Amino acid sequence: MSRYLLRRLAIVIPSLLGISIVLFTVLALAPGDPFEELATNPNIPQEVRAGLREKFGLDDPIALRYLRWFMAMVHGDWGFSFVSRVDVDVLIRQRLSTTLFVVGSSQILALLVALPVGVFAATRPYSIFDQIANTLAFIGFSLPTFFTGILFILLFSIYLDWLPFVYRADISATGWHWYWAHIKQALMPVAVLGLFQGASWTRYVRSAALDVIRLDYVTTARAKGLAEGTVVVKHVVRNALIPVVTLVALQMPAVFGGAIVTEQIFRIPGIGSLLITSILANDTPVIMAVTFVFACLVILFNLLADILYGWLDPRIAYR
Amino acid sequence: MNEHQLRGLIAKVKTGKLSRRAFVHRMVALGLTAPLASQMLDFAGVAKAQSTFEYKPTKRGGGGTLKTLFWQGATLLNPHFAVGTKDQEGSRIFYEPLAGWDADGNLVPFLAAEIPSVENGGLARDGLSVTWRLKKDVKWHDGHPVTADDLLFNWEYASDPETAAVTVGSYKDVKVEKVDALTVRVRFERPTPFWADAFVGTRGMIIPKHLFEPFKGAKSREAPTNLKPVGTGAYKFVAFSPGDVVKGELNPDYHLPNRPYFDTIEMKGGGDSVSAARAVIQTGEYDYAWNVQVEDEILKRMEQGGKGRAEIVPGGNIEHIQLNSTDPWTEVDGERSSIKTKHPLLADPAVRQALGMLVDRASVEQHIYGRAGVATGNFLNNPERFRSKNTKWEFNIDKANQVLEAGGWKRGPDGIRSKDGKKLKLVYQTSTNAPRQKNQAIVKQACQKAGIDVELKSVTASVFFSSDVGNPDTYTKFYCDIQMYTTTMTEPDPVKFMDQFTSWEISSKDNKWQGRNITRWRSEEYDSAYRKAEGELDPVKRAALFIRMNELVCNDHAVIPVVYRPKQGAISSKLHASISGWDNDLWNVRDWYRDA
Repeated sequence: MSRYLLRRLAIVIPSLLGISIVLFTVLALAPGDPFEELATNPNIPQEVRAGLREKFGLDDPIALRYLRWFMAMVHGDWGFSFVSRVDVDVLIRQRLSTTLFVVGSSQILALLVALPVGVFAATRPYSIFDQIANTLAFIGFSLPTFFTGILFILLFSIYLDWLPFVYRADISATGWHWYWAHIKQALMPVAVLGLFQGASWTRYVRSAALDVIRLDYVTTARAKGLAEGTVVVKHVVRNALIPVVTLVALQMPAVFGGAIVTEQIFRIPGIGSLLITSILANDTPVIMAVTFVFACLVILFNLLADILYGWLDPRIAYR
Repeated sequence: MNEHQLRGLIAKVKTGKLSRRAFVHRMVALGLTAPLASQMLDFAGVAKAQSTFEYKPTKRGGGGTLKTLFWQGATLLNPHFAVGTKDQEGSRIFYEPLAGWDADGNLVPFLAAEIPSVENGGLARDGLSVTWRLKKDVKWHDGHPVTADDLLFNWEYASDPETAAVTVGSYKDVKVEKVDALTVRVRFERPTPFWADAFVGTRGMIIPKHLFEPFKGAKSREAPTNLKPVGTGAYKFVAFSPGDVVKGELNPDYHLPNRPYFDTIEMKGGGDSVSAARAVIQTGEYDYAWNVQVEDEILKRMEQGGKGRAEIVPGGNIEHIQLNSTDPWTEVDGERSSIKTKHPLLADPAVRQALGMLVDRASVEQHIYGRAGVATGNFLNNPERFRSKNTKWEFNIDKANQVLEAGGWKRGPDGIRSKDGKKLKLVYQTSTNAPRQKNQAIVKQACQKAGIDVELKSVTASVFFSSDVGNPDTYTKFYCDIQMYTTTMTEPDPVKFMDQFTSWEISSKDNKWQGRNITRWRSEEYDSAYRKAEGELDPVKRAALFIRMNELVCNDHAVIPVVYRPKQGAISSKLHASISGWDNDLWNVRDWYRDA
């Protein structure tokens, strides 16, 4: 087990290096720079822009810039945003809690919907419940979040006027007012993200459970006279969870990475909206940091998923 | 309109036959900026207009929260680093310049005791200096007094290239000296007719010396005050997270009585402009939304609810088509569109004239932009209601056909005209943006009817507007026959705007395509008029020069103006605010109030 872990961790380093090189090169080759807006303003002399580019080292060769970035990163210095001139780690930390809360709760909502509905549908395949669940799941994952988001806003904010559609990270109220305001404003984005995710997971859970439920040992368990609940929870779900765990684990980095589109629609100041505004502003250090952290998380959670397998299925050995 | 006629008009204003406002509007119609027009009146000794904005609240505070939405949130709060308007707006809540520009182009004092003029001795007759006197007893939010040292420091700070301030252009060519504790003199190298640049308006906000002194030059980025502003404004800093929200609270020591009205102010960033407009106009959740770019039809539907409306403010942006004077298809010395070549088709005045008649501006206005794009025939800003009689535009396919026929362009069997074996085929590029593509289609259709074959091309905005030397599709390279985009004139003085037709600004390989003259159009008369305007101290003579320059460009069809784009915001019907096209939206946020 520990040898396996070591080997996996050893692979992580070259892959992260590779990822960072690719990311950096792509960003460096992309057109534009963070001072574009200055270029079209006649009152700002061109030298200002040239001076800023030079000051931030944008005119150096890509290899040199990469090396500089890499050395800084090794020392734990993430660099600073060209646009706001704030350190990148500060920017990310400011927004992390909001993203964790919104995207995290949406993933929990998704699991809360997907697990029971998927398993229940699998135990009664082609029943009316199954048909309805299937149809809703199809609708759920066919509708993109930018569409449902706007639909929700139109319905709940504009026509019914129940919920606010501008998310505010800093609500000044105290006590239960504070909680209530947070819940109220998070309701729509969490529902949009959670139902979208939940819909596709429901399909996975259902098919995974269906695969297991027909196996002989389940029939045996039933023949032993075990209660239906015990059969489903202990024998079916545990085995059906293996593919689902992979999916969920791979989805986890998104909890940190935020949801770009939904965050933009609801003005949630999370990592996703930080990423998109940085991309639009060509703010390379921020894009680099966010995408790189994201890459690290994907690799980490992949590893975690592999380790979880062993716990769920003792037959899997690590060599 | 020449100098003599201008003087006649000014005399009329003086005797009261023409209102000050009407005069400014006439000048704006001629392509001058409102600030320049009002400068002419001041110079002639016409009494200053009273600001039309009425401030009703009789006590400070009590107004609750002023909630504003900016779909691009402020990313930093140091006005000297403000890359975009959004950052200037965020800084403007806390910082103030010596003076700001109102909607009619008048200077309104903020930190200055009064606006310098020749009469009060502030303005030197030789145009070589201007003296600003600070208001007495103004304090920074932390209690320190505001003195001439602060002004001096701002000049040193911004003009130091190591600081890398974006305001360096306003400060690097002037010298600032301290006269006494509250007075400074700004000295110019040459006689300067437009003296209200340093310390004024969008790039003139003053930062405190005592907090920024240790962070001058290369260390500028490290100043904690970059993110926690300490200014003189009506609102004090509370909280800021870059790209998301800026919060401020009432400044109890503000230097004007009864202001501000609101207890707190909030500037929320992010999202898109349609939903921002909804939050103001439809749900009333917010009071003001900045730079709303929404189709007019949708806006009008939102406005029916009566909670808010679109605020349309004349400024100086213009969507225009540029005609290339040089040949984009032949390479000379490693560059296309080289100044050594001539455009094979567009060099013919008949073609240019015909193209001018083939732009259906009325349809563009009606079907694409609505109130946010007003048809215009003038290259410089020209709101419809102020349109002067001598600038006209027409859409006339028959006449275009006649002009081309007379110019010797004969229709071929495929309906495309040609002359001397050259087919009338043009490539028309613009940035990818739905209204622009619709606009392109309208022009193409009309051109087809006149026997001109137009090939449409659209380039992603991030490429089109980039300064990437390696990319052939940037607008400054102009490797194309005609192109369209919006040029901005938000600056109070036209001199920087008008340099885009001077021969020394021609964009070329030598200046890495950074030159501002993108059409590569040139005229000796224009150049000399421009040179004269730069140093002409009499605003009336100067205005006449600008009007002449404008005529030169328009009459030669170097560009075809399409629509004029006013500034557009969304405002709650209860909020009283005066938005100026010559300054930031929040320029006088100290005066904003709401009906109870």
